[in-house]
Amino acid sequence: MAGKEAIAKRAAEDLEPFSIINLGIGVPTLVANYLDKDSYYLHTENGMLGVTSVEEVEVDPLLVNAGKLPVGEAVGASYFHSADSFAMIRGGHVDVAILGALQVDAAGRVANWAVPGKDIIGVGGAMDLLVGAKKIMITTNHVSKDGSPKIVDACTYPVTSTRKADVIITDLAVFRWIDDGYVLTELRGEATLQEIAEKTTAAYRVSEELAAKGDPT
Amino acid sequence: MRVQKHIPVQQAVENVRSGDTIMVGGFGLVGSPLTLIDALTHRDVTDLTIISNNVGETGKGLGILLQQGKLKKAIGSYFTSNREVAQWYNEGKLELELLPQGTFAEAIRAGGAGIGGFYTKTAVGTELAAGKETREIEGETYLLEKPLKADVAFVRAEKADTKGNLVYYKTARNFNPVMASAASYVVAEVDDIVNEGELDPEAIATPHLFVDALVQSRYVLTKEGVVDRGR
Repeated sequence: MAGKEAIAKRAAEDLEPFSIINLGIGVPTLVANYLDKDSYYLHTENGMLGVTSVEEVEVDPLLVNAGKLPVGEAVGASYFHSADSFAMIRGGHVDVAILGALQVDAAGRVANWAVPGKDIIGVGGAMDLLVGAKKIMITTNHVSKDGSPKIVDACTYPVTSTRKADVIITDLAVFRWIDDGYVLTELRGEATLQEIAEKTTAAYRVSEELAAKGDPT
Repeated sequence: MRVQKHIPVQQAVENVRSGDTIMVGGFGLVGSPLTLIDALTHRDVTDLTIISNNVGETGKGLGILLQQGKLKKAIGSYFTSNREVAQWYNEGKLELELLPQGTFAEAIRAGGAGIGGFYTKTAVGTELAAGKETREIEGETYLLEKPLKADVAFVRAEKADTKGNLVYYKTARNFNPVMASAASYVVAEVDDIVNEGELDPEAIATPHLFVDALVQSRYVLTKEGVVDRGR
């Protein structure tokens, strides 16, 4: 399974059945492929609860998700206008928002909307989702394309919110915010504690279970 | 007095003046009033401020008005979908005001509802909070956001009755209902105009008191892109 798909599958396994879930653009969108459509409710900020996938022949150009990709309508779906949709988000009625990230820092802050030096001309719903969803799950590659760490001491990209991300799922690891910082709770695939230490510049703790197991020698 | 709301699209855009602020519904081209926008491309107006989530797409929808140099400013949440927006902005030919999408929608709702502003946690501590007033409320920091209103709103619905009651279609609803409430002159572009009494009162999302005029759609978004259905 390719990296992105594996991240999406792991994220899906972390979700409570019958949660209300909002999926961001990119890897988060893939999470839907690993959910049992009858036991999750997908919310999209452009005004729909009850998003499903759609077959090519049934594509309706006026039925899209927040990434403007064609979607289908679940049994029991509903439509609403944008102000109501964001009232659901800010009002704490969405259980989990799964979002991509450019960086996450040791304070739990996420940067995922703007790159310094590039034109900052789009934010969409990212800031509202980070502030409003009950739980924030970040899905991302552990390092960027040039190999630089994405889980860093302090974000150098503009932050999207000061609210902490609860869970970070990468191709190499899972981190959970516990008490006052991130705890490495899971190594994924062939990843080792040493590899995570080399590719993560944020301070983090290692769960007792992983620490006890140690790296293969 | 009974008012005839169904008018030709050319007449609807006659009410737009240079310097006006115009709300335009749509999430990208989905739920965008493409026929009204097309008619506006044929009007000799400039210095428009557009309040819309996006400036259409490159050379499509509101993107045509941008190419014609008719826009002075755009207020929205996601301009990335039209790459020419950054170009015009960098050349100093277009002003931009970027708002988080939920703040954008709520500001329009506030504008239409007679609310003088609202406090939101969204964007606190970010670059988009620059210059905005903050306030502690029950131990949390909120940002003051002001309402958005317009001279004209162009919205898109699926159906209207002759009174101007509107029914929407799936995710083409998006910003249209709130925009219909927040402008001095509101025109709804629809696929069908039925007799009053033919719409289910429970299904009407925009009651007729918000709607000044109705126009018949001509340009519609299909799987094959924007198509001219003619009239």
